[in-house]
Amino acid sequence: MNPYIAVIHRDLLLALRRKNEAMTSVIFFVVVAALFPLGISPEMSTLRLIAPGVLWIGALLASMLSLGRLFAGDHQDGTLEQMVLSSASLPGLVGAKILAHWLMSGLPLVLMAPILALQFDLNAQDIEVLTTSLLLGTPLLSLIGAVGAALTLGVRGADVLLSLLVLPLYVPALVFGAGAVQAQAAGLGASAHLSLLAAMLLVAVVFGPWACAAALRIALE
Amino acid sequence: MKLHPNLFRFAAPQAFYGLAGRLWPVLAFLATLLGAWGLWLGLFVAPTDFQQGQAYRIIFVHVPASWMSMIIYLAMAFWALLGLTFNTRLSGMMNLALAPTGAMFAFLSLWSGALWGKPMWGTWWVWDARLTSELILFFLYLGFMGLTAAIDDPRRADKAGGLLALVGAINVPIIYFSVRWWNTLHQGSSVSVTKGSSMEPTMLWAMLLMAIAFWLYAIVMALYRIRTIILGREQHTHWAKLELHPEGFA
Repeated sequence: MNPYIAVIHRDLLLALRRKNEAMTSVIFFVVVAALFPLGISPEMSTLRLIAPGVLWIGALLASMLSLGRLFAGDHQDGTLEQMVLSSASLPGLVGAKILAHWLMSGLPLVLMAPILALQFDLNAQDIEVLTTSLLLGTPLLSLIGAVGAALTLGVRGADVLLSLLVLPLYVPALVFGAGAVQAQAAGLGASAHLSLLAAMLLVAVVFGPWACAAALRIALE
Repeated sequence: MKLHPNLFRFAAPQAFYGLAGRLWPVLAFLATLLGAWGLWLGLFVAPTDFQQGQAYRIIFVHVPASWMSMIIYLAMAFWALLGLTFNTRLSGMMNLALAPTGAMFAFLSLWSGALWGKPMWGTWWVWDARLTSELILFFLYLGFMGLTAAIDDPRRADKAGGLLALVGAINVPIIYFSVRWWNTLHQGSSVSVTKGSSMEPTMLWAMLLMAIAFWLYAIVMALYRIRTIILGREQHTHWAKLELHPEGFA
Protein backbone atom coordinates (compact mmCIF):
# COMPACT_ATOMS: atom_id res chain seq x y z
CA MET A 1 0.00 0.00 0.00
CA ASN A 2 1.19 3.48 -0.82
CA PRO A 3 2.58 4.90 2.47
CA TYR A 4 0.99 8.34 1.96
CA ILE A 5 -2.47 6.87 1.39
CA ALA A 6 -1.88 4.60 4.37
CA VAL A 7 -1.16 7.60 6.58
CA ILE A 8 -4.30 9.40 5.42
CA HIS A 9 -6.35 6.25 5.94
CA ARG A 10 -4.94 5.65 9.40
CA ASP A 11 -5.41 9.23 10.57
CA LEU A 12 -8.98 9.36 9.30
CA LEU A 13 -9.73 6.04 10.98
CA LEU A 14 -8.25 7.25 14.26
CA ALA A 15 -10.27 10.46 14.06
CA LEU A 16 -13.49 8.57 13.30
CA ARG A 17 -12.94 6.32 16.29
CA ARG A 18 -12.86 9.43 18.47
CA LYS A 19 -15.77 11.37 17.05
CA ASN A 20 -16.00 13.64 20.07
CA GLU A 21 -12.60 15.16 19.39
CA ALA A 22 -13.39 15.69 15.74
CA MET A 23 -16.66 17.41 16.61
CA THR A 24 -15.20 19.73 19.25
CA SER A 25 -13.82 22.30 16.84
CA VAL A 26 -17.07 22.49 14.86
CA ILE A 27 -19.08 22.95 18.04
CA PHE A 28 -16.61 25.62 19.15
CA PHE A 29 -17.14 27.39 15.81
CA VAL A 30 -20.93 27.34 16.26
CA VAL A 31 -20.77 28.57 19.86
CA VAL A 32 -18.34 31.40 19.11
CA ALA A 33 -20.44 32.57 16.18
CA ALA A 34 -23.49 32.61 18.47
CA LEU A 35 -21.72 34.82 21.00
CA PHE A 36 -21.14 37.75 18.65
CA PRO A 37 -24.79 38.75 18.13
CA LEU A 38 -25.21 38.54 21.92
CA GLY A 39 -22.17 40.71 22.51
CA ILE A 40 -22.57 43.26 19.73
CA SER A 41 -26.14 43.62 18.51
CA PRO A 42 -28.92 41.43 17.07
CA GLU A 43 -29.61 44.17 14.47
CA MET A 44 -29.65 42.54 11.03
CA SER A 45 -27.73 45.34 9.30
CA THR A 46 -24.95 45.12 11.92
CA LEU A 47 -24.84 41.35 11.66
CA ARG A 48 -24.46 41.48 7.87
CA LEU A 49 -21.59 43.90 8.33
CA ILE A 50 -19.66 41.82 10.87
CA ALA A 51 -20.54 38.37 9.47
CA PRO A 52 -17.46 37.84 7.21
CA GLY A 53 -15.01 38.83 9.93
CA VAL A 54 -16.82 36.94 12.69
CA LEU A 55 -17.17 33.72 10.72
CA TRP A 56 -13.60 33.88 9.46
CA ILE A 57 -12.13 34.56 12.92
CA GLY A 58 -14.33 31.82 14.37
CA ALA A 59 -13.11 29.34 11.77
CA LEU A 60 -9.52 30.49 12.28
CA LEU A 61 -9.66 29.98 16.06
CA ALA A 62 -11.49 26.66 15.70
CA SER A 63 -8.90 25.29 13.29
CA MET A 64 -6.12 26.51 15.59
CA LEU A 65 -7.64 24.67 18.57
CA SER A 66 -7.30 21.33 16.85
CA LEU A 67 -3.67 21.88 15.79
CA GLY A 68 -2.27 20.57 19.07
CA ARG A 69 -3.64 17.12 18.24
CA LEU A 70 -1.96 17.01 14.83
CA PHE A 71 1.34 15.52 15.99
CA ALA A 72 0.96 15.09 19.77
CA GLY A 73 -0.49 11.55 19.70
CA ASP A 74 2.03 10.25 17.18
CA HIS A 75 4.82 11.90 19.12
CA GLN A 76 3.80 10.17 22.34
CA ASP A 77 3.54 6.64 20.98
CA GLY A 78 6.64 6.88 18.79
CA THR A 79 4.88 6.74 15.42
CA LEU A 80 6.40 10.06 14.48
CA GLU A 81 9.93 8.75 14.94
CA GLN A 82 9.13 5.82 12.69
CA MET A 83 7.88 8.26 10.07
CA VAL A 84 11.11 10.25 10.27
CA LEU A 85 13.12 7.02 9.94
CA SER A 86 11.03 5.54 7.14
CA SER A 87 12.22 5.49 3.55
CA ALA A 88 9.17 7.44 2.37
CA SER A 89 9.72 11.17 2.06
CA LEU A 90 8.95 12.96 5.32
CA PRO A 91 7.41 16.06 3.69
CA GLY A 92 5.10 13.69 1.80
CA LEU A 93 4.04 11.89 4.97
CA VAL A 94 3.58 15.18 6.78
CA GLY A 95 1.53 16.50 3.86
CA ALA A 96 -0.67 13.39 4.10
CA LYS A 97 -1.15 13.98 7.83
CA ILE A 98 -2.06 17.62 7.22
CA LEU A 99 -4.55 16.61 4.54
CA ALA A 100 -6.19 14.08 6.86
CA HIS A 101 -6.27 16.65 9.63
CA TRP A 102 -7.93 19.19 7.35
CA LEU A 103 -10.53 16.64 6.21
CA MET A 104 -11.49 15.99 9.83
CA SER A 105 -11.26 19.50 11.30
CA GLY A 106 -11.19 22.03 8.44
CA LEU A 107 -13.77 20.66 6.02
CA PRO A 108 -16.54 20.42 8.69
CA LEU A 109 -16.02 24.14 9.35
CA VAL A 110 -16.47 24.90 5.66
CA LEU A 111 -19.66 22.83 5.58
CA MET A 112 -20.99 24.49 8.73
CA ALA A 113 -20.25 28.04 7.56
CA PRO A 114 -23.28 28.44 5.20
CA ILE A 115 -25.68 27.54 8.01
CA LEU A 116 -24.07 30.04 10.37
CA ALA A 117 -24.07 32.64 7.58
CA LEU A 118 -27.88 32.31 7.42
CA GLN A 119 -28.02 33.34 11.07
CA PHE A 120 -26.13 36.46 10.07
CA ASP A 121 -28.57 37.21 7.26
CA LEU A 122 -26.08 36.93 4.38
CA ASN A 123 -27.59 36.50 0.92
CA ALA A 124 -26.96 33.54 -1.36
CA GLN A 125 -24.07 35.07 -3.36
CA ASP A 126 -22.29 36.21 -0.21
CA ILE A 127 -22.68 32.77 1.30
CA GLU A 128 -21.23 31.20 -1.81
CA VAL A 129 -18.19 33.49 -1.69
CA LEU A 130 -17.78 32.90 2.05
CA THR A 131 -17.83 29.13 1.59
CA THR A 132 -15.39 29.31 -1.32
CA SER A 133 -13.03 31.54 0.65
CA LEU A 134 -13.14 29.12 3.59
CA LEU A 135 -12.62 26.18 1.25
CA LEU A 136 -9.42 27.82 0.00
CA GLY A 137 -8.49 29.33 3.36
CA THR A 138 -8.86 26.51 5.88
CA PRO A 139 -6.26 24.24 4.19
CA LEU A 140 -3.94 27.26 4.17
CA LEU A 141 -4.53 27.67 7.91
CA SER A 142 -3.85 23.96 8.45
CA LEU A 143 -0.58 24.14 6.49
CA ILE A 144 0.71 27.22 8.33
CA GLY A 145 -0.52 25.88 11.65
CA ALA A 146 1.20 22.53 11.13
CA VAL A 147 4.60 24.27 11.09
CA GLY A 148 3.75 25.91 14.41
CA ALA A 149 2.49 22.60 15.82
CA ALA A 150 5.73 20.88 14.81
CA LEU A 151 7.88 23.65 16.31
CA THR A 152 6.07 23.53 19.66
CA LEU A 153 5.96 19.73 19.84
CA GLY A 154 6.54 18.58 23.42
CA VAL A 155 7.40 22.09 24.59
CA ARG A 156 6.28 23.61 27.90
CA GLY A 157 3.00 25.56 27.53
CA ALA A 158 2.75 24.49 23.90
CA ASP A 159 -0.92 25.47 23.44
CA VAL A 160 -0.61 29.14 24.30
CA LEU A 161 2.75 29.40 22.57
CA LEU A 162 1.29 27.85 19.42
CA SER A 163 -1.35 30.57 19.22
CA LEU A 164 1.31 33.27 19.66
CA LEU A 165 3.38 31.79 16.82
CA VAL A 166 0.59 31.03 14.40
CA LEU A 167 -1.94 33.86 14.74
CA PRO A 168 0.31 36.61 13.29
CA LEU A 169 1.01 34.36 10.31
CA TYR A 170 -2.74 33.88 9.75
CA VAL A 171 -3.20 37.59 9.03
CA PRO A 172 -2.98 37.44 5.20
CA ALA A 173 -5.47 34.54 5.04
CA LEU A 174 -7.90 36.45 7.24
CA VAL A 175 -7.49 39.68 5.26
CA PHE A 176 -8.18 38.09 1.90
CA GLY A 177 -10.73 35.55 3.15
CA ALA A 178 -12.97 37.98 4.99
CA GLY A 179 -12.13 40.63 2.39
CA ALA A 180 -13.52 38.44 -0.39
CA VAL A 181 -16.96 38.42 1.22
CA GLN A 182 -16.85 42.13 1.94
CA ALA A 183 -15.79 42.91 -1.63
CA GLN A 184 -18.64 40.76 -2.92
CA ALA A 185 -21.12 42.52 -0.64
CA ALA A 186 -19.79 45.90 -1.81
CA GLY A 187 -20.35 44.88 -5.43
CA LEU A 188 -16.65 44.83 -6.33
CA GLY A 189 -16.51 41.11 -7.04
CA ALA A 190 -14.51 38.62 -5.03
CA SER A 191 -12.36 37.10 -7.76
CA ALA A 192 -9.21 39.12 -6.93
CA HIS A 193 -9.33 38.14 -3.26
CA LEU A 194 -10.09 34.52 -4.04
CA SER A 195 -7.26 34.34 -6.60
CA LEU A 196 -4.77 35.69 -4.07
CA LEU A 197 -6.04 33.26 -1.45
CA ALA A 198 -5.61 30.40 -3.93
CA ALA A 199 -2.09 31.65 -4.78
CA MET A 200 -1.14 31.66 -1.11
CA LEU A 201 -2.59 28.18 -0.74
CA LEU A 202 -0.44 26.93 -3.62
CA VAL A 203 2.70 28.46 -2.11
CA ALA A 204 1.82 26.91 1.25
CA VAL A 205 1.21 23.50 -0.35
CA VAL A 206 4.73 23.61 -1.77
CA PHE A 207 6.62 24.98 1.24
CA GLY A 208 4.39 24.04 4.19
CA PRO A 209 5.02 20.27 4.39
CA TRP A 210 8.72 20.86 3.74
CA ALA A 211 9.08 23.43 6.56
CA CYS A 212 6.94 21.24 8.78
CA ALA A 213 9.17 18.22 8.13
CA ALA A 214 12.26 20.31 8.96
CA ALA A 215 10.60 21.42 12.22
CA LEU A 216 9.75 17.80 13.11
CA ARG A 217 13.36 16.74 12.48
CA ILE A 218 14.51 19.50 14.84
CA ALA A 219 11.97 18.46 17.46
CA LEU A 220 12.94 14.78 17.33
CA GLU A 221 16.68 15.24 17.05
CA MET B 1 34.49 36.45 -3.17
CA LYS B 2 36.98 34.90 -0.86
CA LEU B 3 36.95 35.48 2.84
CA HIS B 4 40.18 35.56 4.74
CA PRO B 5 40.44 32.14 6.38
CA ASN B 6 41.27 33.71 9.74
CA LEU B 7 37.85 35.33 9.80
CA PHE B 8 36.24 31.91 10.32
CA ARG B 9 38.15 31.66 13.57
CA PHE B 10 35.46 33.87 15.09
CA ALA B 11 32.76 31.30 14.39
CA ALA B 12 34.06 29.58 17.52
CA PRO B 13 32.26 30.93 20.58
CA GLN B 14 35.48 31.32 22.56
CA ALA B 15 37.16 33.46 19.90
CA PHE B 16 34.02 35.50 19.35
CA TYR B 17 33.66 36.09 23.07
CA GLY B 18 37.00 37.89 23.07
CA LEU B 19 36.27 39.80 19.86
CA ALA B 20 32.85 40.93 21.15
CA GLY B 21 34.46 42.02 24.40
CA ARG B 22 36.95 44.22 22.55
CA LEU B 23 34.41 45.62 20.08
CA TRP B 24 31.44 46.61 22.18
CA PRO B 25 33.01 49.41 24.28
CA VAL B 26 34.34 51.11 21.13
CA LEU B 27 31.01 50.83 19.33
CA ALA B 28 29.11 51.96 22.43
CA PHE B 29 31.26 55.08 22.55
CA LEU B 30 30.60 55.76 18.84
CA ALA B 31 26.86 55.14 19.28
CA THR B 32 26.67 57.63 22.14
CA LEU B 33 28.66 60.20 20.18
CA LEU B 34 26.62 59.92 16.98
CA GLY B 35 23.35 59.68 18.91
CA ALA B 36 24.11 62.87 20.82
CA TRP B 37 25.15 64.63 17.60
CA GLY B 38 22.05 63.43 15.75
CA LEU B 39 19.72 64.46 18.58
CA TRP B 40 21.37 67.89 18.83
CA LEU B 41 20.97 68.39 15.06
CA GLY B 42 17.43 67.06 15.10
CA LEU B 43 16.10 68.78 18.20
CA PHE B 44 17.91 72.12 18.11
CA VAL B 45 19.40 72.83 14.68
CA ALA B 46 16.85 71.45 12.20
CA PRO B 47 14.21 74.04 11.25
CA THR B 48 10.63 73.78 12.40
CA ASP B 49 8.35 72.03 9.93
CA PHE B 50 5.91 74.52 8.46
CA GLN B 51 3.01 72.07 8.58
CA GLN B 52 3.70 69.98 11.65
CA GLY B 53 5.46 72.48 13.90
CA GLN B 54 7.78 71.08 16.57
CA ALA B 55 5.96 67.77 16.87
CA TYR B 56 7.58 66.38 13.74
CA ARG B 57 10.90 66.10 15.59
CA ILE B 58 9.90 62.70 16.93
CA ILE B 59 10.68 61.49 13.40
CA PHE B 60 14.35 61.37 14.39
CA VAL B 61 13.58 58.56 16.81
CA HIS B 62 10.55 57.05 15.13
CA VAL B 63 11.89 56.41 11.63
CA PRO B 64 15.30 54.95 12.62
CA ALA B 65 13.55 52.74 15.20
CA SER B 66 11.18 51.40 12.53
CA TRP B 67 14.08 50.77 10.16
CA MET B 68 16.01 48.92 12.83
CA SER B 69 13.05 46.77 13.81
CA MET B 70 12.86 45.53 10.20
CA ILE B 71 16.62 45.28 9.62
CA ILE B 72 17.10 43.23 12.79
CA TYR B 73 14.43 40.77 11.67
CA LEU B 74 16.23 40.43 8.33
CA ALA B 75 19.53 39.94 10.18
CA MET B 76 17.90 37.21 12.25
CA ALA B 77 16.66 35.49 9.10
CA PHE B 78 20.20 35.70 7.69
CA TRP B 79 21.76 34.13 10.79
CA ALA B 80 18.98 31.53 10.87
CA LEU B 81 19.73 30.52 7.29
CA LEU B 82 23.44 30.36 8.07
CA GLY B 83 22.82 28.38 11.23
CA LEU B 84 20.47 25.86 9.62
CA THR B 85 22.69 25.36 6.56
CA PHE B 86 26.14 25.19 8.14
CA ASN B 87 25.05 24.10 11.61
CA THR B 88 27.07 26.87 13.24
CA ARG B 89 26.55 27.27 16.97
CA LEU B 90 27.09 31.00 17.05
CA SER B 91 24.20 31.80 14.68
CA GLY B 92 21.53 30.64 17.10
CA MET B 93 23.14 32.58 19.92
CA MET B 94 23.29 35.65 17.68
CA ASN B 95 19.54 35.41 17.09
CA LEU B 96 18.85 35.06 20.81
CA ALA B 97 20.96 38.17 21.35
CA LEU B 98 19.29 40.16 18.55
CA ALA B 99 15.62 39.38 19.24
CA PRO B 100 15.10 41.47 22.41
CA THR B 101 16.68 44.52 20.75
CA GLY B 102 14.49 44.03 17.66
CA ALA B 103 11.38 43.73 19.81
CA MET B 104 12.41 46.85 21.71
CA PHE B 105 12.81 48.82 18.48
CA ALA B 106 9.45 47.59 17.19
CA PHE B 107 7.84 48.66 20.43
CA LEU B 108 9.67 52.01 20.37
CA SER B 109 8.48 52.54 16.82
CA LEU B 110 4.85 51.89 17.81
CA TRP B 111 5.13 53.98 20.95
CA SER B 112 6.77 56.97 19.26
CA GLY B 113 4.30 56.59 16.40
CA ALA B 114 1.43 56.88 18.87
CA LEU B 115 3.01 59.97 20.44
CA TRP B 116 3.40 61.47 16.98
CA GLY B 117 -0.06 60.44 15.83
CA LYS B 118 -1.89 62.15 18.68
CA PRO B 119 -0.93 65.75 17.75
CA MET B 120 -0.85 65.09 13.97
CA TRP B 121 -3.85 62.87 13.31
CA GLY B 122 -5.72 63.50 16.56
CA THR B 123 -5.59 59.85 17.56
CA TRP B 124 -3.13 57.52 19.25
CA TRP B 125 -3.67 54.74 16.78
CA VAL B 126 -5.02 54.25 13.28
CA TRP B 127 -5.25 50.91 11.51
CA ASP B 128 -2.87 52.17 8.86
CA ALA B 129 -0.96 49.60 6.83
CA ARG B 130 2.42 50.54 8.29
CA LEU B 131 1.27 50.65 11.88
CA THR B 132 -0.54 47.35 11.57
CA SER B 133 2.35 45.53 9.95
CA GLU B 134 4.76 46.96 12.53
CA LEU B 135 2.44 45.62 15.24
CA ILE B 136 2.46 42.20 13.62
CA LEU B 137 6.26 42.35 13.37
CA PHE B 138 6.28 43.02 17.12
CA PHE B 139 4.12 39.90 17.60
CA LEU B 140 6.59 37.90 15.49
CA TYR B 141 9.45 38.98 17.77
CA LEU B 142 7.41 37.99 20.82
CA GLY B 143 6.68 34.61 19.23
CA PHE B 144 10.38 34.03 18.54
CA MET B 145 11.34 34.90 22.11
CA GLY B 146 8.49 32.80 23.50
CA LEU B 147 9.48 29.75 21.48
CA THR B 148 13.21 29.92 22.23
CA ALA B 149 12.52 30.51 25.92
CA ALA B 150 10.16 27.53 26.13
CA ILE B 151 12.63 24.96 24.77
CA ASP B 152 15.15 23.75 27.33
CA ASP B 153 17.66 22.11 25.01
CA PRO B 154 19.71 25.04 23.63
CA ARG B 155 20.50 23.38 20.30
CA ARG B 156 16.86 22.60 19.62
CA ALA B 157 15.86 26.10 20.73
CA ASP B 158 18.38 27.60 18.26
CA LYS B 159 17.17 25.52 15.33
CA ALA B 160 13.46 25.85 16.06
CA GLY B 161 13.90 29.59 16.52
CA GLY B 162 15.87 29.77 13.29
CA LEU B 163 13.15 27.99 11.33
CA LEU B 164 10.52 30.27 12.84
CA ALA B 165 12.58 33.35 11.93
CA LEU B 166 12.82 32.13 8.33
CA VAL B 167 9.10 31.37 8.07
CA GLY B 168 8.39 34.78 9.57
CA ALA B 169 10.76 36.54 7.17
CA ILE B 170 9.00 34.97 4.19
CA ASN B 171 5.68 36.08 5.63
CA VAL B 172 6.61 39.66 6.48
CA PRO B 173 6.25 40.99 2.90
CA ILE B 174 3.03 39.01 2.38
CA ILE B 175 1.62 40.42 5.61
CA TYR B 176 2.69 43.93 4.66
CA PHE B 177 1.03 43.85 1.25
CA SER B 178 -2.11 42.12 2.49
CA VAL B 179 -2.54 44.66 5.25
CA ARG B 180 -1.84 47.48 2.82
CA TRP B 181 -4.45 46.25 0.41
CA TRP B 182 -6.95 45.67 3.21
CA ASN B 183 -6.41 49.19 4.42
CA THR B 184 -6.72 50.90 1.06
CA LEU B 185 -9.88 48.96 0.26
CA HIS B 186 -11.50 50.00 3.51
CA GLN B 187 -10.53 53.55 4.19
CA GLY B 188 -9.88 55.01 0.79
CA SER B 189 -7.14 57.58 1.21
CA SER B 190 -5.38 56.66 4.42
CA VAL B 191 -3.21 58.92 6.49
CA SER B 192 0.20 58.84 4.95
CA VAL B 193 3.38 59.16 6.95
CA THR B 194 5.53 59.71 3.87
CA LYS B 195 7.01 63.13 3.67
CA GLY B 196 7.87 65.10 0.59
CA SER B 197 11.12 64.28 -1.15
CA SER B 198 12.35 67.83 -0.61
CA MET B 199 13.71 67.28 2.86
CA GLU B 200 15.80 69.91 4.55
CA PRO B 201 19.47 68.74 4.46
CA THR B 202 19.89 69.18 8.25
CA MET B 203 16.86 66.99 8.84
CA LEU B 204 18.27 64.36 6.54
CA TRP B 205 21.63 64.49 8.29
CA ALA B 206 20.04 64.25 11.72
CA MET B 207 18.02 61.25 10.60
CA LEU B 208 21.05 59.53 9.06
CA LEU B 209 23.12 60.11 12.20
CA MET B 210 20.35 58.73 14.37
CA ALA B 211 19.99 55.72 12.08
CA ILE B 212 23.72 54.96 12.32
CA ALA B 213 23.60 55.47 16.09
CA PHE B 214 20.70 53.01 16.37
CA TRP B 215 22.57 50.50 14.18
CA LEU B 216 25.58 50.76 16.47
CA TYR B 217 23.39 50.51 19.55
CA ALA B 218 21.79 47.34 18.19
CA ILE B 219 25.21 45.82 17.48
CA VAL B 220 26.49 46.82 20.92
CA MET B 221 23.50 45.25 22.65
CA ALA B 222 23.79 42.08 20.57
CA LEU B 223 27.52 41.76 21.33
CA TYR B 224 27.00 42.47 25.01
CA ARG B 225 24.16 39.97 25.27
CA ILE B 226 25.91 37.28 23.25
CA ARG B 227 28.85 37.36 25.67
CA THR B 228 26.50 36.40 28.49
CA ILE B 229 24.87 33.71 26.34
CA ILE B 230 28.25 32.27 25.33
CA LEU B 231 29.41 32.16 28.96
CA GLY B 232 26.14 30.49 29.97
CA ARG B 233 26.40 27.83 27.27
CA GLU B 234 30.14 27.21 27.68
CA GLN B 235 30.24 27.23 31.47
CA HIS B 236 31.42 23.63 31.53
CA THR B 237 34.61 24.51 29.60
CA HIS B 238 37.89 25.49 31.17
CA TRP B 239 38.18 28.90 29.54
CA ALA B 240 34.69 29.93 30.59
CA LYS B 241 35.38 28.85 34.18
CA LEU B 242 38.57 30.94 34.11
CA GLU B 243 36.59 33.87 32.76
CA LEU B 244 33.93 33.52 35.45
CA HIS B 245 36.31 32.97 38.38
CA PRO B 246 39.70 34.45 37.44
CA GLU B 247 41.26 33.65 40.85
CA GLY B 248 39.56 30.37 41.66
CA PHE B 249 40.73 28.19 38.76
CA ALA B 250 44.40 28.76 38.25
